[in-house]
Amino acid sequence: MNIVVCVKYVPDAQSDRTFNEDNTTDRDNVDGLLSELDEYAVEAALKIVEAGEGEVTVVTVGPDQAADAVKKALQMGADKAVHVSDDAIHGSDAVATSLVLAEAIKKIGSPDLVLTGLASTDGTMSVVPAMLAERLGLPQVTQVSTLEVEGGTVKGRRDGDVASESLEAQLPALVSVTDQINEPRYPSFKGIMAAKKKPVETWSLADLGVDAGQVGLDAAWTKVESFAARPPREQGEIVTDEGDGGTKLAEFLVAQKFV
Amino acid sequence: MAEVLVLVDHTAGQVKKTTAELLTIARTLGTPSAVFVGSDVEAARPRLAQFGAEKVYVIDNADVDNYLVAPLAEALQAVVQQASPAAVLLPSTPHNKEAAARLAIKTESGLITDAVAVEAGDAGATATQSVFAGSYTVKSTVTKGAPIITVKPNVVPPSASQAGATVVPVDVQVSDAAKGAKITAREEKQKSGRPELTEAAIVVSGGRGTGGDFSPVETFADTLGAAVGASRAAVDAGWYPHSSQVGQTGKQVSPQLYVAAGISGAIQHRAGMQTSKTIVAINKDEEAPIFELVDFGVVGDLFTVLPQATDAVKQARS
Ligand SMILES: Cc1cc2nc3c(=O)[nH]c(=O)nc-3n(C[C@H](O)[C@H](O)[C@H](O)COP(=O)(O)OP(=O)(O)OC[C@H]3O[C@@H](n4cnc5c(N)ncnc54)[C@H](O)[C@@H]3O)c2cc1C
Ligand SMILES: Cc1cc2nc3c(=O)[nH]c(=O)nc-3n(C[C@H](O)[C@H](O)[C@H](O)COP(=O)(O)OP(=O)(O)OC[C@H]3O[C@@H](n4cnc5c(N)ncnc54)[C@H](O)[C@@H]3O)c2cc1C
Repeated sequence: MNIVVCVKYVPDAQSDRTFNEDNTTDRDNVDGLLSELDEYAVEAALKIVEAGEGEVTVVTVGPDQAADAVKKALQMGADKAVHVSDDAIHGSDAVATSLVLAEAIKKIGSPDLVLTGLASTDGTMSVVPAMLAERLGLPQVTQVSTLEVEGGTVKGRRDGDVASESLEAQLPALVSVTDQINEPRYPSFKGIMAAKKKPVETWSLADLGVDAGQVGLDAAWTKVESFAARPPREQGEIVTDEGDGGTKLAEFLVAQKFV
Repeated sequence: MAEVLVLVDHTAGQVKKTTAELLTIARTLGTPSAVFVGSDVEAARPRLAQFGAEKVYVIDNADVDNYLVAPLAEALQAVVQQASPAAVLLPSTPHNKEAAARLAIKTESGLITDAVAVEAGDAGATATQSVFAGSYTVKSTVTKGAPIITVKPNVVPPSASQAGATVVPVDVQVSDAAKGAKITAREEKQKSGRPELTEAAIVVSGGRGTGGDFSPVETFADTLGAAVGASRAAVDAGWYPHSSQVGQTGKQVSPQLYVAAGISGAIQHRAGMQTSKTIVAINKDEEAPIFELVDFGVVGDLFTVLPQATDAVKQARS
């Protein structure tokens, strides 16, 4: 069983995220990390391989620093990594990101399973997995909170607003997992040491045969026209409960016409 | 004027409020046409007409329901080819976002998700998004194809405008390739009798501070006619269903009033509620980050504050 896991390098949500002058996300002046939601996908892949056999390859499309994100996945136990990095990719939208990822996955080989997270923690669109499935012609078993792989079939449960759905597809398939699926492991000391020796290949667009004109800011099908920091919320009134906190809360709600 | 397609959100022909909102937006961009997937279009038609749908494209094909996402994308592609719309609007649900993603690739069109406003602009439809956990507002346009935009609930007040809602059946042959992911069982969620979280005007949420007892949260919510939400800590503890989780990996809510009880205000929680119009918090810890966001906060124990507030609200009403 060969599994490819797509992992994204993102600005840390705990630090001040902002934009560059060209309206792209600032990825240089902020700490970056492996998108937390992709750890669930890495964990799911490791579990499947540990229960049988196979190999886990992680792939990321991102700037030089994205190598750090990949390292975390290797420390968790993934076998090898591919880092697609090329200046021309700067400012790519989800459509172009999915194109580069699809070509990288094809070059890695024909995996039995492509795994992704639910959403990145920066763009948070939750669309790259479906775009990848469309491009690779794979069935999509997406946003699942359970996952079983057995005898060439993948099964999972998708919890929607109105219903829970049981999904099933033949391998090869594309699967995205939610944060309900497992508890991602912390890298062990052994894992951290072992990761240092694991292969990381760095590919350019030329290595993938992708024309630079198909990606990047100028080729994006969506354009961020402007950005503005949300005005800080004016600090509201804060009262300490001295036996009348509930009454004061109700008074506020009445004054604001919620009652 | 060019058509603007609106994917109808409905259960057995009962049209949801988000559809009325999207038709209202569509009227500012062009001539609204509804896209109805299912077999109950007659039940839905009066409401679609009331909110201005000139046409209703109907896709009545069981394959669209029995397989995940890919057939819906093919169906939408067929309508887009027929209508050459100026834009395609869909309610921002996980299912619709994925269908929109595939449609974007199929029709070579740009995609914007989770819009909180859509306006007509010089460069076509301009969408506003709230990003980075609500700390930035960005405006974007689409440079290729017909803009495909998924829109959050509650972003405009629905306004009525009677139209014909002429039914246009669309024959869709779902390809074998799109039948790769089969839905083998469907279990309906239990109804709480409360408003739906993402559509509610008021949301009252409980966190780890409830210690597992949501009754003061529920009672307060019911006096306000509110939906009940929960933090991930409360959900992970099994105190409330995952479908009630508010935040980055739960529901994104934007109600008129959001009440957080026993919730600290972690960035991932804020990502799901920061755009609420008015925010209220009850927390024992005066240092809790949630207080940075509030319009009104009570430093106190939710088990005394909420019941007292419930009584006071009832009294104010009578
Ligand atoms: C307002 C706004 C501004 C933006 N500005 C920029 C910008 O300036 N520069 C820029 O590059 N992007 C920018 N983006 C993000 C960009 O448009 C896409 O959103 C992004 O390329 C992919 O979509 P996503 O991050 O939403 O991924 P999602 O669809 O949420 O990701 C789902 C999953 O796909 C996989 N995945 C996604 N991206 C990658 C990747 N790169 N490598 C490996 N796996 C991946 C992961 O498994 C992830 O969990 C912006 C987005 C928004 C909303
Ligand atoms: C990838 C990822 C995704 C995540 N997604 C989400 C998400 O979607 N939604 C989400 O909510 N979280 C999410 N989280 C988790 C988030 O980081 C926090 O752990 C979580 O929000 C904490 O929940 P809480 O505020 O209920 O608990 P805590 O942080 O433990 O806060 C409990 C609060 O209750 C107060 N309290 C205790 N007793 C009382 C009392 N009797 N009366 C009043 N106040 C009391 C305490 O002072 C404290 O402030 C995510 C985390 C990760 C890593």
